[in-house]
Amino acid sequence: MLREENKMTSKTKKLSIGSLGPLLALAILVVVVSILNPNFLTPNNLLNLLRQVSINALIAFGMSFVIITGGIDLSVGSTLALTGALTAGLIANGINPALAMLIGMIAGAILGMINGLLITKGNMAPFIATLATMTIYRGATLVYTDGNPITGIGDSFLFQFVGRGYLFGIPFPIVVMLVAFILLYILLHKTAFGKKTFAVGGNIKAAQIAGVKSDKVQTLIYTISGLMASISGIVLTSRLNSAQPTAGQAFEMDAIAAVVLGGTSLSGGKGRLVGTLIGALIIGTINNGLNLLGVSSFYQQIVKGLVIIVAVLLDRKKK
Amino acid sequence: MKKFLLSMLAVGSLTLAGCGAATLDNGSQSSDSVNEKKPDELVVGVSISTLNNPFFVSVKDGINELADENNTKTIVSDAQNDSSKQSNDVDDLIQQDVDVLLINPVDSSAIQPAVEAANQANIPVIALDRSSDGGEVLTLVASDNVIGGEMAANYIVEQLGEKAKVVQLEGIPGASATRERGEGFDNIAKEKLEVVDSQAADFDRAKGLNVMENMLQSNADIKAVFAQNDEMALGALEALKAVGKTDVIVIGFDGNDDALKSVKAGELSGTIAQQPTEMGKLALQAAYDYFAGKEVKAKIDSPLELVLK
Repeated sequence: MLREENKMTSKTKKLSIGSLGPLLALAILVVVVSILNPNFLTPNNLLNLLRQVSINALIAFGMSFVIITGGIDLSVGSTLALTGALTAGLIANGINPALAMLIGMIAGAILGMINGLLITKGNMAPFIATLATMTIYRGATLVYTDGNPITGIGDSFLFQFVGRGYLFGIPFPIVVMLVAFILLYILLHKTAFGKKTFAVGGNIKAAQIAGVKSDKVQTLIYTISGLMASISGIVLTSRLNSAQPTAGQAFEMDAIAAVVLGGTSLSGGKGRLVGTLIGALIIGTINNGLNLLGVSSFYQQIVKGLVIIVAVLLDRKKK
Repeated sequence: MKKFLLSMLAVGSLTLAGCGAATLDNGSQSSDSVNEKKPDELVVGVSISTLNNPFFVSVKDGINELADENNTKTIVSDAQNDSSKQSNDVDDLIQQDVDVLLINPVDSSAIQPAVEAANQANIPVIALDRSSDGGEVLTLVASDNVIGGEMAANYIVEQLGEKAKVVQLEGIPGASATRERGEGFDNIAKEKLEVVDSQAADFDRAKGLNVMENMLQSNADIKAVFAQNDEMALGALEALKAVGKTDVIVIGFDGNDDALKSVKAGELSGTIAQQPTEMGKLALQAAYDYFAGKEVKAKIDSPLELVLK
């Protein structure tokens, strides 16, 4: 058992030194955009950019755990919409905002746990299980909201602060992102649970023989993914001052892209949370940078795809 | 490596914190008197809800047409029907020091914080087609969707008499156009028609086709369809054609090029035509008027008409 875990950790260490592709891609992007548009490197725009990135990064952090175990979570966009709507609905009905946000996060964790149980106890492929819950959670959102955005949640200072406030001049969503990053970084790279996550993704049979309760690990990582989606949903709901029933559509794709850009392999067993953060920054820089350059969103999509290909190719070359 | 990156992050965020604290407090000068500018000195930020829909492409074309005539610089962004992307788009436009923002919101409630951000940066906002639930908007340029919905229902009553069986194809759930066109239609239809089904097809042609096919399974005897936009109407038309129902009245909304062609060819019965190019021009004209020191009305009606063969 110990030998297996050691092997895993040494492998990940080698990887983190070897794969500079994503960082290089980000650096090139930043240089190019800042040469083309002087507004890009202003402090205001960088804060603006990081605030935009935080929504995707929060989801992508959770998605990293899932992908490291060799799974996938397609339901995060719908989870975001449902938990955002639930939180907003509770607040609109006079529930204390702090309590409403807590309930929203618990709901997100439960929705994630359902994914985990379907996959481990129901023996379903993660792609299929989360594809199914993606449509179920979206449907539930539409039922709950009756298809209308939920408004009338703007009175609470606390709730407004989550998406629109500033802490020492830093937009609060960025603070949320950084705190989540540090906590999840420790969980993934410094704890036994993190080691087990890598072990399950590397070779689930070997991990089980070594005594890792893989079902428990997998259920927990989907729970984390659901929780992170709900936090992102709450931040977004606050930022937009309303819960949109159609919120978060295709967000799972941006999150997966951020994880893959960060050098985490879809086949599982390897990955770094720092990489995911860089991946999310790359996607955010493309969106923000191309917006500043006035590039049509049609081309933006092509560029986004191309950068994913280039960054992953750079990463492969390094190995 | 990890430690290095972490410390870089820490240093980076601290630096940002310093800059942020210093720069975020100076956005509150009052602007009672307009700083007059000529059209060719203006930089106009345009945020469109989606450029995947010909209607909004025409709105954008209208803006650009008038802008080109006057040498006005425009920066156009496409929110792809995503409220959170639009909020980012508007923030990005504000970063570029545009003089005025023309915003066609994906959603009226979700756009509010972005409008407030523009207010704080002293950038006047002109709303197109849909308004903002909050913040200060200089003017809203839009057709009266409620009246449009009523026009459609009244036409069906005129053609088929009272209590005719009709179905409705609704737009994106929650969008103001969906709510208002539906409200207008209901105002008349509740009393004078029998609405046997009403389903969302998200303003999308392919979904309009699918939803119509499904509706025909359970209600084969419908006499008329009101689609809340032309794309869905054209989709519904295909579904009806496929089962040989060419006598069903199909009324669309918007008056886009495809729909007008279809009406001319005698396929689509009619469309409540907005004039999106005109709408775009009216919005930019309002911006010109504002920067010329003229008074701008709080609501500017964009023309609307029922187009029949």
